[in-house]
Amino acid sequence: MRYERPQTITDATALLAGAAGNAHVLAGGTDLLVRMQNDDFDAGLVVDIKAIGGMCEIVESDNAFTIGAAVPCAALSEHAALVAAWPGIVEAANLIGSTQIQSRCTVAGNLCNASPAADSVPAMVAAGAQARIVGPDGTRMVAVEDIPQGPGKTSLEKGELIEAIVLTKPGPRSGDAYLRFIPRTEMDIAVVGVGVWLALDESGLVQEARVALGAVGPKVVLAQDAAAAIVGTPLDDAALDALAAACSAACNPIDDKRGTVTFRKQVAGVLARRAARIAHERAGVRQ
Amino acid sequence: MSFDATYRDKAFKSVGTRPLRPDGVDKVTGRARYGADFNMPGQLVARVLRSPHAHARIKRIDTSRAEAVRGVKAVITAADLPDLTDGDASLLAILDNCMARTKALYDGHAVAAVAAIDEKSAKQALKLIEVEYEILPHVVDVDAAARPDAPILNEAIRTSGVEPAPDTPSNVANRSEFGHGDVDAGFAQADVIVERSYRTEQTHQGYIEPHACVANCNPDGTTDLWVCTQGHFVYRQTCADLLGLEVSKLRVTSSEIGGGFGGKTHVWAEPVALALSRKAGRPVKLVMSREEVFRASGPTSATSIDVKIGAKADGTITAAEATLRYSNGPYADMWAELGAMTSFACYDLENVKTVGFEVLVNRPKVAAYRAPSAPMAAFAVESAVDELAHKIGMDAVEFRIRNAAKEGTRSSYGPVYGPIGIGPTLEAAKAHPHMSAPLGENQGRGMACGFWFNFGGQTCTDLNINADGTVTLAVGTVDVGGSRASLSLIAAEELGIDYQNVKAVVADTATLGYNDMTDGSRGTFSSSMATISAARNAIEVMRRRAALTWDIPVEDVHWEDGHAKAAGSKYDNLSPLSVKEIAAESGNSGGPIAGHSEMVADGAGVSFATHLCDVEVDPETGSTRIVRYTVIQDAGKAVHPAYVEGQYQGGAAQGIGWALNEEYIYGEDGRLQNPGFLDYRIPVCSDLPMIDTQILEIPNPNHPYGVRGVGETSIVPPLAAIANAVSNAVGVRMTHIPMSPPRILAALNADKDG
Repeated sequence: MRYERPQTITDATALLAGAAGNAHVLAGGTDLLVRMQNDDFDAGLVVDIKAIGGMCEIVESDNAFTIGAAVPCAALSEHAALVAAWPGIVEAANLIGSTQIQSRCTVAGNLCNASPAADSVPAMVAAGAQARIVGPDGTRMVAVEDIPQGPGKTSLEKGELIEAIVLTKPGPRSGDAYLRFIPRTEMDIAVVGVGVWLALDESGLVQEARVALGAVGPKVVLAQDAAAAIVGTPLDDAALDALAAACSAACNPIDDKRGTVTFRKQVAGVLARRAARIAHERAGVRQ
Repeated sequence: MSFDATYRDKAFKSVGTRPLRPDGVDKVTGRARYGADFNMPGQLVARVLRSPHAHARIKRIDTSRAEAVRGVKAVITAADLPDLTDGDASLLAILDNCMARTKALYDGHAVAAVAAIDEKSAKQALKLIEVEYEILPHVVDVDAAARPDAPILNEAIRTSGVEPAPDTPSNVANRSEFGHGDVDAGFAQADVIVERSYRTEQTHQGYIEPHACVANCNPDGTTDLWVCTQGHFVYRQTCADLLGLEVSKLRVTSSEIGGGFGGKTHVWAEPVALALSRKAGRPVKLVMSREEVFRASGPTSATSIDVKIGAKADGTITAAEATLRYSNGPYADMWAELGAMTSFACYDLENVKTVGFEVLVNRPKVAAYRAPSAPMAAFAVESAVDELAHKIGMDAVEFRIRNAAKEGTRSSYGPVYGPIGIGPTLEAAKAHPHMSAPLGENQGRGMACGFWFNFGGQTCTDLNINADGTVTLAVGTVDVGGSRASLSLIAAEELGIDYQNVKAVVADTATLGYNDMTDGSRGTFSSSMATISAARNAIEVMRRRAALTWDIPVEDVHWEDGHAKAAGSKYDNLSPLSVKEIAAESGNSGGPIAGHSEMVADGAGVSFATHLCDVEVDPETGSTRIVRYTVIQDAGKAVHPAYVEGQYQGGAAQGIGWALNEEYIYGEDGRLQNPGFLDYRIPVCSDLPMIDTQILEIPNPNHPYGVRGVGETSIVPPLAAIANAVSNAVGVRMTHIPMSPPRILAALNADKDG
């Protein structure tokens, strides 16, 4: 196995593009290093991106936050402006693993690992996050929901890697939230995850919303019917019921070692209702 | 020398204090040497090839390509472990479990092993071993396996314990029965009867340290085994039997142990490592991965239990009956029998009957797990007892107090009890502030009682008084829960010296007589008895030395407060001699001073506990939170109270995991789906409240200090206590362990729909 630690993004993409066998990007390594313990794991090349300029930085501009692909999740919660703007995403990122894991793992890695249960992904999808992808043919911006294609599979082409996650600054009267269900209190994998972002109009009705579901299908689900169920409402009980029903309907889960189809569908509705309330409360205080 | 083990009330100086454990610093600084921390020059790395099939005939194994891999020094199959068991079926089962002989009987069953100069060559060689399997139908469920149409694991098995003896093969290996009286007549007298069926899923002991050993077979037949075990003398005997070694030539050293809970009382990989070393002529290190630990070691039984209990309106139980089906893995053992024995042991019953069925399934060979088989039986019985109390309209504690066993009660499994602690634990529960604390919304309170036999067994100890007056205590029971500290306290107490001047070590098999393993909660009970005996023998020697020094008759020298004292007024002018002073002169007074003891430590004394638990359930998700938990248990005498509390808390913590989330999950293909700590969910710290403990001390009449074993009973009540709490919180009776959120939510949905 060859290990490379390039200094520039161009070198990184060239290494990945030229790799003969299995090539892996190493950011925090919290998924990769575990996989490397498996007897079946075979890597020809590992490209460590942490030495590339900007990869470990969060850059705040007038209208966006750009989170480098190697920024550990713990650093997100130390960025006051980011926490104020996207508390749901920061909370989701800091549900992953344990405190030790959070000091290494990254949201870009969480996305590229393409686990349907990734905690930060539904939160980012609900927030309308974009991924800046760099490859041999240049740079492109892709909506986060378009990256995972199924368990372990992404839409990245050979030679491409995520350079940063870009979050637009939220408008007034908007808020986000993420909740997940695990049987324990920490150190666990989501059985169901729900991210909700919503914005209110001046009269207090929901003007816009995005609802994303994790661990209820082969990849993250952007539940448009669920969002539609609350738009134009004051998020009253009837709207929350409709939201819960739409979320349950949007699920396409399986029975597995972590939960049943019935359980996931039912709890997706429950969590959507609870997350929507939190997002609504946050929207109410942000003018 | 005869030893009087009778309990005598006395004031203690060392026993009952809480000093630091002697192994603590090494453990927290990472210096302690566990199974995988030992290395030898020229050591090879071993890896095991395991069956991916739940049930398959091994038609052919070709190891030639693996043997040709550069760096590979030995490849073995069952052919390298010939059957030397001479008709001993349980020994053959151990051998077959170490390496499949004709059939792979579960996913993870070892079929071949490799020793190579490094991990990479070993891995490469594993991939080149060709195994041709004939896949057979499999069965993993305990009830399905007991049905007549189930795939048969072993064509030679006929159900024993039934008349007339059957002539067709069955997966039900044995039927056992316990009890007395006439249950039918008893049920006829009952005003209220509760009858229900319960299930518990299979769990693993979950020890943090995987099995690990280093084996070294020399050309002259001498062999060393360094291993993480709960019983190195037992491992020595078993390995010697399986490999045809002379016991005296096999020296086994136990490492520090990162948890065992019964799972390290069985050999798994050690005979394989020895066979590899013998073939390769080099030391071999074998360390199991976590996945291997789950797939091929442990676990406990999955169970299916029917319980029927009847009582009069005044709360007197008139009859109690249980039928218990326990999965054994592929080999017959006595797990259901232990369940049948323990089921109703807490109660004074006129009419009681329990029947146990040992059921063979295509899962790993079941191993002991802390009070093996008792927690599941207690779950079923204590759930039914709780429901019966509710139906009668009696308080659950009062109902149990009314029916509790006491001194003179004939137990449901046969013996008549001496002084026991079930009544006092129930009275303590009734008076405990936990019992009257207010409950919040969606919270429920549950309680349950538990019993364990406890065990004594063969024990041998050496106590050496060193020239500087310090003491080295060599014991043969592996320290799994702080016993080196407890035994040092015992030696200090008996000799009348300071705890700091005693150093306890676990001796290897070449340097001490045979000891049974640390199981049955026997470590502190039996080795403390042997330590007291050894100390008294050393005191005899010191009295003689003092008598010699003073030139007076030994009868006139008595031992008090760590000193030899001359008796009576005629020796008034002699100042007492301390251990230190006697030891300093030992070279001139007859040589080294030591006390030895060997015994069968009888009279372990049965153990009882009562647990209280508050649980909060989220009715929308089935999520549970343990809000408060209290353990009340009889310790006889708590030698080191902090470590007794640790045992109480540890058993409760494991029981909480078992009750709520831990389970082996098999796919349709018979493969284990969750062989790792991510999806086999033991509780993490934040899942648990501080577990409160209350130690009761009802002296064991058969131990000089009144000590009873405390290690196992604490895991017996939790499944039932938590099930009762959850059932009380949600108003629906939970009958299937673990009560994972999907199971609770499904039960709530069914209740709403029904």
